[in-house]
Amino acid sequence: MNAHVQSSLWKSAKQRLLQMHYESGVGHLGCNLSVLDLLLTLHHDVMSPADQFVLSKGHAAGAYYITLWTLGRLVDADLKTFHRDDTRLSGHPPARGIDEILFATGSLGHGLGLSAGLALGKRLRGELGQVYCVTSDGEWNEGSMWESLIFARHQRLTNLTLIVDLNGLQGFGTTQEVADLSPLAERLRAFGLRSLEVDGHDPLELAAALRERSDDGPLAIVAKTVKGKGVSFMEHRMEWHYLPISAEQYEQALQEVSNA
Amino acid sequence: MRNAFCLSLVAQARTQEFVFLTGDLGFLALEPLRDALGTRFINAGVAEQNMVSVAAGLARQGMRPWAYSIAPFIYARPFEHIRNDVCLHGLPVVLVGNGGGYGYGVMGSTHHALEDYGTLLTLSRMRVFIPAFDADVATVVSQLMTIQCPAYLRLGLSEEPRGWTPPPFAAWRKLVSGAGATLIVVGPLAGSVWQPCSELLEPSRPNLWCLSALPLDELPAELLDDIRHSDVLCVAEEHVAHGSAGSTLAAELLAHGCVPKRFVQRIALGYPSGRYGSQKFHRRECGLDATALLEVVRLEQPKS
Repeated sequence: MNAHVQSSLWKSAKQRLLQMHYESGVGHLGCNLSVLDLLLTLHHDVMSPADQFVLSKGHAAGAYYITLWTLGRLVDADLKTFHRDDTRLSGHPPARGIDEILFATGSLGHGLGLSAGLALGKRLRGELGQVYCVTSDGEWNEGSMWESLIFARHQRLTNLTLIVDLNGLQGFGTTQEVADLSPLAERLRAFGLRSLEVDGHDPLELAAALRERSDDGPLAIVAKTVKGKGVSFMEHRMEWHYLPISAEQYEQALQEVSNA
Repeated sequence: MRNAFCLSLVAQARTQEFVFLTGDLGFLALEPLRDALGTRFINAGVAEQNMVSVAAGLARQGMRPWAYSIAPFIYARPFEHIRNDVCLHGLPVVLVGNGGGYGYGVMGSTHHALEDYGTLLTLSRMRVFIPAFDADVATVVSQLMTIQCPAYLRLGLSEEPRGWTPPPFAAWRKLVSGAGATLIVVGPLAGSVWQPCSELLEPSRPNLWCLSALPLDELPAELLDDIRHSDVLCVAEEHVAHGSAGSTLAAELLAHGCVPKRFVQRIALGYPSGRYGSQKFHRRECGLDATALLEVVRLEQPKS
Protein backbone atom coordinates (compact mmCIF):
# COMPACT_ATOMS: atom_id res chain seq x y z
CA MET A 1 0.00 0.00 0.00
CA ASN A 2 1.48 3.37 -0.93
CA ALA A 3 2.08 5.91 1.79
CA HIS A 4 -0.63 8.34 0.70
CA VAL A 5 -3.36 5.71 0.53
CA GLN A 6 -2.24 4.30 3.82
CA SER A 7 -2.22 7.67 5.55
CA SER A 8 -5.69 8.43 4.26
CA LEU A 9 -7.07 5.05 5.31
CA TRP A 10 -5.51 5.24 8.76
CA LYS A 11 -6.95 8.72 9.25
CA SER A 12 -10.45 7.71 8.24
CA ALA A 13 -10.23 4.69 10.56
CA LYS A 14 -9.38 6.93 13.51
CA GLN A 15 -12.17 9.35 12.64
CA ARG A 16 -14.65 6.49 12.36
CA LEU A 17 -13.49 5.02 15.67
CA LEU A 18 -14.06 8.33 17.42
CA GLN A 19 -17.47 8.70 15.77
CA MET A 20 -18.54 5.19 16.76
CA HIS A 21 -17.56 5.67 20.37
CA TYR A 22 -19.06 9.14 20.52
CA GLU A 23 -22.38 8.00 19.06
CA SER A 24 -22.59 5.01 21.35
CA GLY A 25 -21.42 6.85 24.45
CA VAL A 26 -18.91 4.13 25.20
CA GLY A 27 -15.48 4.36 26.82
CA HIS A 28 -12.33 2.29 26.16
CA LEU A 29 -11.16 4.85 23.59
CA GLY A 30 -7.67 5.15 25.04
CA CYS A 31 -6.75 1.50 24.59
CA ASN A 32 -8.44 1.38 21.17
CA LEU A 33 -6.29 4.27 19.97
CA SER A 34 -3.15 2.61 21.31
CA VAL A 35 -3.71 -0.56 19.28
CA LEU A 36 -5.40 0.74 16.13
CA ASP A 37 -2.21 1.40 14.11
CA LEU A 38 -1.08 -2.11 14.94
CA LEU A 39 -4.35 -3.77 13.89
CA LEU A 40 -4.54 -1.79 10.66
CA THR A 41 -0.96 -2.63 9.73
CA LEU A 42 -1.40 -6.29 10.57
CA HIS A 43 -4.63 -6.72 8.62
CA HIS A 44 -3.83 -4.54 5.61
CA ASP A 45 -0.11 -5.04 5.11
CA VAL A 46 0.82 -8.38 6.65
CA MET A 47 -1.86 -11.02 6.98
CA SER A 48 -2.68 -13.44 4.17
CA PRO A 49 -5.88 -15.51 3.85
CA ALA A 50 -4.20 -18.48 5.54
CA ASP A 51 -3.38 -16.43 8.63
CA GLN A 52 -5.57 -16.14 11.71
CA PHE A 53 -5.98 -13.47 14.35
CA VAL A 54 -7.04 -13.41 18.00
CA LEU A 55 -7.58 -10.18 19.90
CA SER A 56 -6.72 -11.24 23.44
CA LYS A 57 -7.22 -7.69 24.72
CA GLY A 58 -10.92 -7.85 23.98
CA HIS A 59 -11.55 -4.40 25.44
CA ALA A 60 -10.11 -3.04 22.17
CA ALA A 61 -13.06 -4.49 20.26
CA GLY A 62 -13.83 -1.02 18.87
CA ALA A 63 -10.47 -0.85 17.09
CA TYR A 64 -11.00 -4.35 15.76
CA TYR A 65 -14.47 -3.54 14.44
CA ILE A 66 -13.08 -0.44 12.75
CA THR A 67 -10.29 -2.52 11.21
CA LEU A 68 -12.90 -4.92 9.84
CA TRP A 69 -14.82 -1.90 8.55
CA THR A 70 -11.74 -0.71 6.66
CA LEU A 71 -11.55 -4.19 5.13
CA GLY A 72 -15.20 -4.06 4.07
CA ARG A 73 -16.12 -6.88 6.45
CA LEU A 74 -18.35 -4.57 8.46
CA VAL A 75 -20.35 -1.64 7.12
CA ASP A 76 -21.55 1.66 8.56
CA ALA A 77 -24.90 0.14 9.40
CA ASP A 78 -23.09 -2.40 11.59
CA LEU A 79 -21.02 0.26 13.34
CA LYS A 80 -24.14 2.28 14.13
CA THR A 81 -25.37 -0.64 16.24
CA PHE A 82 -22.18 -0.80 18.32
CA HIS A 83 -22.97 -1.34 21.98
CA ARG A 84 -26.73 -1.07 21.42
CA ASP A 85 -29.59 -3.53 21.78
CA ASP A 86 -29.83 -6.23 19.12
CA THR A 87 -26.25 -5.69 17.89
CA ARG A 88 -23.60 -8.11 16.69
CA LEU A 89 -20.98 -5.66 17.95
CA SER A 90 -20.93 -6.12 21.69
CA GLY A 91 -18.49 -4.22 23.86
CA HIS A 92 -16.07 -7.13 23.62
CA PRO A 93 -15.66 -9.45 20.62
CA PRO A 94 -18.65 -11.78 20.26
CA ALA A 95 -18.66 -15.57 20.15
CA ARG A 96 -20.84 -15.69 17.05
CA GLY A 97 -21.99 -13.59 14.15
CA ILE A 98 -18.76 -12.25 12.63
CA ASP A 99 -16.75 -14.82 10.68
CA GLU A 100 -13.38 -13.13 11.20
CA ILE A 101 -13.75 -13.22 14.99
CA LEU A 102 -12.75 -16.71 16.02
CA PHE A 103 -13.23 -16.32 19.76
CA ALA A 104 -15.12 -14.20 22.22
CA THR A 105 -12.52 -12.44 24.34
CA GLY A 106 -12.68 -9.80 27.03
CA SER A 107 -11.70 -11.72 30.11
CA LEU A 108 -7.94 -11.30 29.99
CA GLY A 109 -5.55 -14.21 29.86
CA HIS A 110 -7.36 -16.38 27.31
CA GLY A 111 -6.19 -15.31 23.87
CA LEU A 112 -2.65 -16.62 23.96
CA GLY A 113 -3.72 -20.16 24.90
CA LEU A 114 -6.41 -20.07 22.22
CA SER A 115 -3.84 -18.91 19.70
CA ALA A 116 -1.44 -21.64 20.76
CA GLY A 117 -4.22 -24.16 20.13
CA LEU A 118 -4.88 -22.67 16.68
CA ALA A 119 -1.17 -22.80 15.86
CA LEU A 120 -0.80 -26.35 17.11
CA GLY A 121 -3.87 -27.36 15.12
CA LYS A 122 -2.39 -25.87 11.96
CA ARG A 123 0.80 -27.80 12.53
CA LEU A 124 -0.97 -31.10 13.19
CA ARG A 125 -3.09 -30.64 10.07
CA GLY A 126 -0.10 -29.63 7.96
CA GLU A 127 -1.67 -26.26 7.18
CA LEU A 128 0.19 -23.09 6.30
CA GLY A 129 -0.37 -19.71 7.87
CA GLN A 130 0.59 -17.70 10.90
CA VAL A 131 -1.52 -17.09 14.00
CA TYR A 132 -1.28 -13.55 15.36
CA CYS A 133 -2.35 -12.77 18.89
CA VAL A 134 -2.52 -9.23 20.31
CA THR A 135 -2.36 -8.95 24.09
CA SER A 136 -2.38 -5.95 26.36
CA ASP A 137 0.48 -5.28 28.75
CA GLY A 138 -1.61 -5.38 31.93
CA GLU A 139 -2.88 -8.76 30.75
CA TRP A 140 0.47 -10.26 31.65
CA ASN A 141 -0.62 -10.04 35.30
CA GLU A 142 -2.72 -13.12 34.51
CA GLY A 143 -1.06 -16.43 35.42
CA SER A 144 -2.65 -18.16 32.46
CA MET A 145 -0.56 -15.97 30.12
CA TRP A 146 2.60 -17.47 31.49
CA GLU A 147 1.14 -20.98 31.26
CA SER A 148 0.47 -20.34 27.59
CA LEU A 149 3.87 -18.78 27.00
CA ILE A 150 5.61 -21.82 28.48
CA PHE A 151 3.45 -24.14 26.40
CA ALA A 152 3.90 -22.26 23.13
CA ARG A 153 7.64 -22.11 23.56
CA HIS A 154 7.92 -25.75 24.62
CA GLN A 155 5.86 -26.85 21.61
CA ARG A 156 8.10 -24.72 19.36
CA LEU A 157 5.11 -23.02 17.75
CA THR A 158 6.97 -21.07 15.09
CA ASN A 159 3.64 -20.29 13.40
CA LEU A 160 2.58 -18.12 16.34
CA THR A 161 3.34 -14.42 16.72
CA LEU A 162 2.37 -12.75 19.95
CA ILE A 163 2.20 -8.99 20.10
CA VAL A 164 2.05 -6.90 23.24
CA ASP A 165 0.36 -3.50 23.10
CA LEU A 166 2.68 -1.88 25.63
CA ASN A 167 0.88 1.34 26.49
CA GLY A 168 2.00 1.31 30.13
CA LEU A 169 -1.44 1.86 31.64
CA GLN A 170 -3.84 -0.67 33.08
CA GLY A 171 -7.12 -0.68 34.98
CA PHE A 172 -6.20 1.31 38.08
CA GLY A 173 -2.66 2.52 37.65
CA THR A 174 0.42 2.29 35.50
CA THR A 175 1.81 -1.15 34.77
CA GLN A 176 4.88 -0.23 36.78
CA GLU A 177 2.80 0.78 39.79
CA VAL A 178 0.49 -2.24 39.77
CA ALA A 179 2.73 -5.22 39.00
CA ASP A 180 5.97 -4.21 37.35
CA LEU A 181 7.07 -6.61 34.63
CA SER A 182 9.43 -4.25 32.87
CA PRO A 183 11.37 -4.79 30.78
CA LEU A 184 8.76 -7.16 29.32
CA ALA A 185 10.72 -7.89 26.14
CA GLU A 186 13.61 -9.16 28.20
CA ARG A 187 11.36 -11.29 30.34
CA LEU A 188 9.94 -12.89 27.21
CA ARG A 189 13.49 -13.51 26.01
CA ALA A 190 14.22 -15.19 29.31
CA PHE A 191 11.49 -17.70 28.42
CA GLY A 192 13.36 -18.51 25.23
CA LEU A 193 11.46 -16.35 22.76
CA ARG A 194 12.91 -14.17 20.10
CA SER A 195 11.55 -10.82 21.16
CA LEU A 196 11.47 -7.61 19.10
CA GLU A 197 10.72 -4.11 20.32
CA VAL A 198 9.09 -1.68 17.91
CA ASP A 199 7.28 1.63 17.76
CA GLY A 200 3.66 0.51 17.80
CA HIS A 201 2.54 3.56 15.83
CA ASP A 202 5.02 3.28 12.95
CA PRO A 203 3.41 1.21 10.17
CA LEU A 204 6.68 0.47 8.41
CA GLU A 205 8.47 -0.65 11.53
CA LEU A 206 5.44 -2.66 12.62
CA ALA A 207 5.02 -4.39 9.26
CA ALA A 208 8.68 -5.34 9.13
CA ALA A 209 8.53 -6.87 12.59
CA LEU A 210 5.25 -8.67 11.92
CA ARG A 211 6.77 -10.35 8.87
CA GLU A 212 9.67 -11.69 10.94
CA ARG A 213 9.69 -15.28 12.20
CA SER A 214 11.56 -17.17 14.85
CA ASP A 215 13.05 -20.49 13.79
CA ASP A 216 12.61 -22.32 17.05
CA GLY A 217 9.42 -21.01 18.63
CA PRO A 218 6.89 -18.21 18.73
CA LEU A 219 7.97 -14.69 17.90
CA ALA A 220 7.22 -11.95 20.43
CA ILE A 221 6.78 -8.33 19.40
CA VAL A 222 6.59 -5.71 22.10
CA ALA A 223 4.94 -2.70 20.49
CA LYS A 224 5.53 0.48 22.44
CA THR A 225 2.35 2.49 22.18
CA VAL A 226 0.61 5.51 23.64
CA LYS A 227 -2.77 5.15 25.26
CA GLY A 228 -5.10 7.62 23.57
CA LYS A 229 -2.62 8.11 20.70
CA GLY A 230 -3.36 11.12 18.51
CA VAL A 231 -5.74 12.91 20.88
CA SER A 232 -3.82 15.30 23.10
CA PHE A 233 -6.09 15.21 26.11
CA MET A 234 -6.28 11.41 26.07
CA GLU A 235 -2.62 10.52 25.63
CA HIS A 236 -1.11 8.71 28.63
CA ARG A 237 -4.31 9.28 30.63
CA MET A 238 -5.74 6.30 32.46
CA GLU A 239 -9.27 7.72 32.66
CA TRP A 240 -9.69 7.22 28.91
CA HIS A 241 -9.82 3.52 29.56
CA TYR A 242 -13.30 4.21 30.90
CA LEU A 243 -14.79 7.58 30.03
CA PRO A 244 -17.22 8.31 27.22
CA ILE A 245 -16.43 11.36 25.11
CA SER A 246 -18.48 14.60 25.27
CA ALA A 247 -19.59 16.59 22.21
CA GLU A 248 -16.88 19.20 22.72
CA GLN A 249 -14.22 16.58 23.30
CA TYR A 250 -15.35 14.72 20.21
CA GLU A 251 -15.01 17.81 18.04
CA GLN A 252 -11.52 18.49 19.37
CA ALA A 253 -10.41 14.87 19.01
CA LEU A 254 -11.77 14.68 15.48
CA GLN A 255 -9.93 17.85 14.56
CA GLU A 256 -6.66 16.57 16.01
CA VAL A 257 -6.70 13.23 14.19
CA SER A 258 -7.84 14.94 10.97
CA ASN A 259 -4.99 17.43 11.11
CA ALA A 260 -2.31 14.94 12.09
CA MET B 1 -12.17 -47.89 34.37
CA ARG B 2 -9.07 -45.90 33.42
CA ASN B 3 -7.52 -48.86 31.65
CA ALA B 4 -10.73 -49.51 29.74
CA PHE B 5 -10.71 -45.83 28.86
CA CYS B 6 -7.15 -45.99 27.56
CA LEU B 7 -7.80 -49.09 25.47
CA SER B 8 -10.96 -47.56 24.01
CA LEU B 9 -9.04 -44.47 22.97
CA VAL B 10 -6.21 -46.52 21.49
CA ALA B 11 -8.84 -48.11 19.29
CA GLN B 12 -9.72 -44.61 18.03
CA ALA B 13 -6.12 -43.57 17.36
CA ARG B 14 -6.53 -43.78 13.58
CA THR B 15 -8.93 -40.85 13.70
CA GLN B 16 -6.52 -38.21 12.46
CA GLU B 17 -8.40 -35.33 14.11
CA PHE B 18 -8.16 -36.96 17.55
CA VAL B 19 -5.74 -35.11 19.87
CA PHE B 20 -5.25 -36.01 23.52
CA LEU B 21 -4.00 -33.47 26.06
CA THR B 22 -3.11 -34.40 29.61
CA GLY B 23 -2.36 -32.15 32.53
CA ASP B 24 0.75 -34.17 33.33
CA LEU B 25 -1.22 -37.19 34.57
CA GLY B 26 -1.63 -40.74 33.33
CA PHE B 27 1.45 -42.55 34.69
CA LEU B 28 1.04 -46.35 34.43
CA ALA B 29 -2.22 -45.90 32.58
CA LEU B 30 -1.99 -43.78 29.46
CA GLU B 31 1.34 -44.98 28.06
CA PRO B 32 -0.32 -47.15 25.37
CA LEU B 33 -2.31 -44.14 24.21
CA ARG B 34 0.81 -41.98 24.15
CA ASP B 35 2.52 -44.57 21.99
CA ALA B 36 -0.46 -44.93 19.66
CA LEU B 37 -0.99 -41.19 19.10
CA GLY B 38 2.60 -39.98 18.81
CA THR B 39 2.57 -36.22 18.18
CA ARG B 40 -1.17 -36.11 18.83
CA PHE B 41 -0.57 -37.00 22.49
CA ILE B 42 0.39 -33.81 24.26
CA ASN B 43 1.47 -33.44 27.85
CA ALA B 44 0.33 -29.85 28.40
CA GLY B 45 2.01 -29.73 31.80
CA VAL B 46 0.53 -28.71 35.12
CA ALA B 47 -1.38 -25.85 33.54
CA GLU B 48 -5.06 -26.66 33.19
CA GLN B 49 -6.21 -23.19 32.18
CA ASN B 50 -3.92 -23.16 29.20
CA MET B 51 -4.73 -26.79 28.39
CA VAL B 52 -8.43 -25.99 28.02
CA SER B 53 -7.77 -22.89 25.92
CA VAL B 54 -5.43 -24.86 23.68
CA ALA B 55 -8.09 -27.54 23.34
CA ALA B 56 -10.57 -24.86 22.24
CA GLY B 57 -8.10 -23.58 19.66
CA LEU B 58 -7.56 -27.11 18.36
CA ALA B 59 -11.30 -27.70 18.12
CA ARG B 60 -11.67 -24.43 16.20
CA GLN B 61 -9.23 -25.85 13.64
CA GLY B 62 -11.37 -28.95 13.17
CA MET B 63 -9.50 -31.25 15.53
CA ARG B 64 -11.20 -33.40 18.17
CA PRO B 65 -9.36 -32.60 21.40
CA TRP B 66 -9.73 -34.48 24.66
CA ALA B 67 -8.35 -32.82 27.81
CA TYR B 68 -7.59 -35.11 30.73
CA SER B 69 -6.78 -34.68 34.38
CA ILE B 70 -8.06 -35.95 37.67
CA ALA B 71 -11.64 -34.81 38.11
CA PRO B 72 -11.19 -31.81 40.44
CA PHE B 73 -8.42 -30.33 38.32
CA ILE B 74 -10.24 -30.45 34.98
CA TYR B 75 -13.34 -28.44 35.89
CA ALA B 76 -12.59 -26.14 38.85
CA ARG B 77 -9.30 -24.39 38.06
CA PRO B 78 -10.00 -23.84 34.36
CA PHE B 79 -13.72 -23.12 34.74
CA GLU B 80 -13.65 -19.73 33.03
CA HIS B 81 -11.68 -21.21 30.15
CA ILE B 82 -14.30 -23.94 29.79
CA ARG B 83 -17.08 -21.36 29.89
CA ASN B 84 -15.60 -18.70 27.60
CA ASP B 85 -13.36 -20.61 25.24
CA VAL B 86 -15.22 -23.88 24.83
CA CYS B 87 -18.88 -23.49 25.74
CA LEU B 88 -19.61 -19.99 24.43
CA HIS B 89 -18.57 -21.36 21.04
CA GLY B 90 -20.13 -24.81 21.45
CA LEU B 91 -16.85 -26.48 20.55
CA PRO B 92 -16.57 -30.28 20.73
CA VAL B 93 -13.94 -30.46 23.45
CA VAL B 94 -14.14 -33.54 25.67
CA LEU B 95 -13.08 -32.91 29.26
CA VAL B 96 -12.15 -36.06 31.12
CA GLY B 97 -12.10 -36.16 34.91
CA ASN B 98 -10.72 -39.29 36.48
CA GLY B 99 -11.89 -40.25 39.95
CA GLY B 100 -15.10 -38.24 40.24
CA GLY B 101 -16.84 -37.86 43.59
CA TYR B 102 -14.78 -39.28 46.45
CA GLY B 103 -12.80 -41.39 43.97
CA TYR B 104 -9.42 -40.26 45.24
CA GLY B 105 -10.42 -41.27 48.78
CA VAL B 106 -7.83 -40.64 51.43
CA MET B 107 -5.83 -38.35 49.13
CA GLY B 108 -8.04 -35.69 50.69
CA SER B 109 -10.57 -33.03 49.93
CA THR B 110 -8.53 -31.15 47.30
CA HIS B 111 -8.62 -34.30 45.21
CA HIS B 112 -12.37 -34.88 45.45
CA ALA B 113 -14.83 -33.67 42.82
CA LEU B 114 -18.17 -33.33 44.60
CA GLU B 115 -19.67 -30.57 42.47
CA ASP B 116 -18.16 -31.30 39.06
CA TYR B 117 -21.07 -32.19 36.83
CA GLY B 118 -23.52 -29.83 38.52
CA THR B 119 -21.11 -26.97 37.93
CA LEU B 120 -20.40 -27.91 34.34
CA LEU B 121 -24.05 -28.45 33.49
CA THR B 122 -24.70 -24.77 34.16
CA LEU B 123 -22.77 -24.11 30.93
CA SER B 124 -24.24 -23.85 27.48
CA ARG B 125 -24.67 -27.13 25.57
CA MET B 126 -22.53 -29.13 28.01
CA ARG B 127 -23.25 -32.89 28.08
CA VAL B 128 -22.09 -35.13 30.92
CA PHE B 129 -21.38 -38.84 30.77
CA ILE B 130 -20.91 -40.97 33.88
CA PRO B 131 -20.26 -44.57 32.85
CA ALA B 132 -21.09 -47.05 35.57
CA PHE B 133 -19.21 -50.11 34.37
CA ASP B 134 -16.00 -50.89 32.50
CA ALA B 135 -18.14 -52.29 29.71
CA ASP B 136 -19.73 -48.86 29.19
CA VAL B 137 -16.51 -47.09 28.38
CA ALA B 138 -15.97 -48.18 24.78
CA THR B 139 -19.50 -47.14 23.84
CA VAL B 140 -19.17 -43.78 25.58
CA VAL B 141 -15.77 -43.10 24.00
CA SER B 142 -17.16 -43.93 20.60
CA GLN B 143 -20.08 -41.54 21.11
CA LEU B 144 -17.81 -38.77 22.37
CA MET B 145 -15.52 -39.08 19.38
CA THR B 146 -18.29 -37.72 17.15
CA ILE B 147 -20.14 -35.48 19.59
CA GLN B 148 -20.89 -31.99 18.28
CA CYS B 149 -20.84 -30.08 21.58
CA PRO B 150 -18.74 -29.75 24.76
CA ALA B 151 -18.74 -32.81 26.97
CA TYR B 152 -17.51 -33.97 30.35
CA LEU B 153 -16.65 -37.58 31.04
CA ARG B 154 -16.55 -38.50 34.73
CA LEU B 155 -14.59 -41.69 35.27
CA GLY B 156 -14.66 -43.83 38.41
CA LEU B 157 -14.01 -47.40 39.42
CA SER B 158 -16.20 -50.10 37.98
CA GLU B 159 -17.92 -51.81 40.93
CA GLU B 160 -20.06 -54.52 39.40
CA PRO B 161 -19.78 -58.02 40.89
CA ARG B 162 -17.61 -60.45 39.00
CA GLY B 163 -19.57 -62.60 36.61
CA TRP B 164 -22.49 -60.21 36.22
CA THR B 165 -23.01 -58.67 32.82
CA PRO B 166 -24.69 -55.30 33.03
CA PRO B 167 -27.03 -54.15 30.27
CA PRO B 168 -25.45 -52.13 27.44
CA PHE B 169 -24.72 -48.46 28.04
CA ALA B 170 -27.67 -46.08 28.00
CA ALA B 171 -28.54 -42.87 29.79
CA TRP B 172 -31.11 -44.79 31.81
CA ARG B 173 -30.89 -48.49 32.59
CA LYS B 174 -33.17 -50.53 34.78
CA LEU B 175 -30.97 -52.97 36.64
CA VAL B 176 -33.48 -54.56 39.07
CA SER B 177 -37.26 -54.88 39.00
CA GLY B 178 -39.33 -55.21 42.12
CA ALA B 179 -42.47 -54.10 43.91
CA GLY B 180 -40.78 -51.84 46.44
CA ALA B 181 -39.22 -48.40 46.28
CA THR B 182 -37.64 -46.76 43.26
CA LEU B 183 -33.93 -46.27 43.69
CA ILE B 184 -31.93 -44.24 41.16
CA VAL B 185 -28.15 -44.41 41.42
CA VAL B 186 -25.75 -42.25 39.41
CA GLY B 187 -22.67 -43.86 37.89
CA PRO B 188 -20.41 -46.59 39.30
CA LEU B 189 -22.15 -46.73 42.69
CA ALA B 190 -24.84 -48.73 40.87
CA GLY B 191 -22.44 -51.66 40.61
CA SER B 192 -22.15 -52.15 44.35
CA VAL B 193 -25.86 -51.61 44.97
CA TRP B 194 -27.06 -54.02 42.30
CA GLN B 195 -26.40 -57.29 44.14
CA PRO B 196 -27.88 -56.47 47.57
CA CYS B 197 -30.95 -55.01 45.84
CA SER B 198 -31.44 -57.98 43.59
CA GLU B 199 -31.23 -60.37 46.55
CA LEU B 200 -34.21 -58.81 48.33
CA LEU B 201 -37.52 -60.62 48.08
CA GLU B 202 -39.98 -59.35 45.54
CA PRO B 203 -42.28 -57.36 47.85
CA SER B 204 -39.51 -55.15 49.16
CA ARG B 205 -37.14 -55.38 46.21
CA PRO B 206 -36.68 -51.95 44.71
CA ASN B 207 -36.77 -50.89 41.11
CA LEU B 208 -33.12 -50.03 40.68
CA TRP B 209 -32.23 -47.59 37.93
CA CYS B 210 -28.78 -46.47 36.86
CA LEU B 211 -28.37 -42.95 35.45
CA SER B 212 -25.29 -42.32 33.30
CA ALA B 213 -25.91 -39.17 31.23
CA LEU B 214 -26.96 -35.60 31.95
CA PRO B 215 -28.74 -33.30 31.37
CA LEU B 216 -31.89 -35.36 31.60
CA ASP B 217 -33.50 -35.91 28.24
CA GLU B 218 -36.70 -37.85 27.83
CA LEU B 219 -37.55 -39.73 31.01
CA PRO B 220 -38.39 -43.39 30.30
CA ALA B 221 -42.10 -44.14 30.62
CA GLU B 222 -41.26 -47.19 32.71
CA LEU B 223 -39.32 -45.01 35.15
CA LEU B 224 -42.26 -42.64 35.53
CA ASP B 225 -44.50 -45.63 36.06
CA ASP B 226 -42.19 -47.02 38.74
CA ILE B 227 -42.09 -43.68 40.53
CA ARG B 228 -45.89 -43.37 40.46
CA HIS B 229 -46.28 -46.82 42.01
CA SER B 230 -43.61 -46.44 44.70
CA ASP B 231 -44.04 -45.02 48.15
CA VAL B 232 -40.55 -43.57 48.02
CA LEU B 233 -38.16 -42.36 45.38
CA CYS B 234 -34.51 -42.29 46.42
CA VAL B 235 -31.75 -40.75 44.29
CA ALA B 236 -28.16 -41.51 45.32
CA GLU B 237 -25.07 -39.84 43.90
CA GLU B 238 -21.58 -38.75 44.89
CA HIS B 239 -22.32 -35.08 44.31
CA VAL B 240 -23.49 -32.20 46.47
CA ALA B 241 -27.18 -31.32 46.48
CA HIS B 242 -26.82 -28.16 44.41
CA GLY B 243 -26.71 -29.14 40.76
CA SER B 244 -27.29 -32.78 41.60
CA ALA B 245 -29.06 -35.23 39.32
CA GLY B 246 -31.63 -35.70 42.08
CA SER B 247 -32.53 -32.02 42.21
CA THR B 248 -32.75 -31.84 38.43
CA LEU B 249 -34.92 -34.94 38.36
CA ALA B 250 -37.25 -33.50 41.01
CA ALA B 251 -37.87 -30.46 38.82
CA GLU B 252 -38.43 -32.66 35.77
CA LEU B 253 -40.89 -34.85 37.63
CA LEU B 254 -42.90 -31.81 38.68
CA ALA B 255 -42.98 -30.72 35.06
CA HIS B 256 -44.33 -34.16 34.15
CA GLY B 257 -46.95 -34.00 36.90
CA CYS B 258 -45.33 -37.05 38.44
CA VAL B 259 -44.96 -36.30 42.13
CA PRO B 260 -43.31 -39.01 44.25
CA LYS B 261 -45.08 -39.85 47.49
CA ARG B 262 -41.77 -39.36 49.28
CA PHE B 263 -38.48 -38.08 47.88
CA VAL B 264 -35.15 -38.92 49.47
CA GLN B 265 -31.80 -37.65 48.24
CA ARG B 266 -28.57 -39.29 49.29
CA ILE B 267 -25.74 -37.00 48.33
CA ALA B 268 -22.16 -36.06 49.10
CA LEU B 269 -22.21 -34.20 52.39
CA GLY B 270 -18.59 -33.13 52.32
CA TYR B 271 -16.73 -34.16 55.45
CA PRO B 272 -19.23 -34.52 58.31
CA SER B 273 -16.71 -35.89 60.83
CA GLY B 274 -13.77 -33.86 59.60
CA ARG B 275 -11.90 -37.10 59.00
CA TYR B 276 -10.64 -38.56 55.75
CA GLY B 277 -10.56 -42.06 54.38
CA SER B 278 -11.27 -44.27 51.41
CA GLN B 279 -14.09 -43.70 48.96
CA LYS B 280 -16.09 -46.30 50.93
CA PHE B 281 -15.42 -44.41 54.19
CA HIS B 282 -16.80 -41.19 52.75
CA ARG B 283 -19.79 -42.98 51.25
CA ARG B 284 -20.59 -44.46 54.67
CA GLU B 285 -20.36 -41.02 56.26
CA CYS B 286 -22.87 -39.72 53.72
CA GLY B 287 -25.23 -42.68 53.81
CA LEU B 288 -24.24 -43.48 50.26
CA ASP B 289 -23.07 -47.04 50.84
CA ALA B 290 -25.17 -50.03 49.80
CA THR B 291 -26.17 -50.83 53.40
CA ALA B 292 -27.51 -47.35 54.04
CA LEU B 293 -29.32 -47.21 50.72
CA LEU B 294 -30.99 -50.54 51.43
CA GLU B 295 -32.19 -49.12 54.73
CA VAL B 296 -33.95 -46.39 52.80
CA VAL B 297 -35.65 -48.70 50.35
CA ARG B 298 -36.59 -51.23 53.05
CA LEU B 299 -38.58 -48.54 54.82
CA GLU B 300 -40.89 -48.83 51.87
CA GLN B 301 -43.18 -51.79 52.48
CA PRO B 302 -45.58 -52.91 49.80
CA LYS B 303 -49.21 -52.21 50.51
CA SER B 304 -51.15 -55.29 51.54
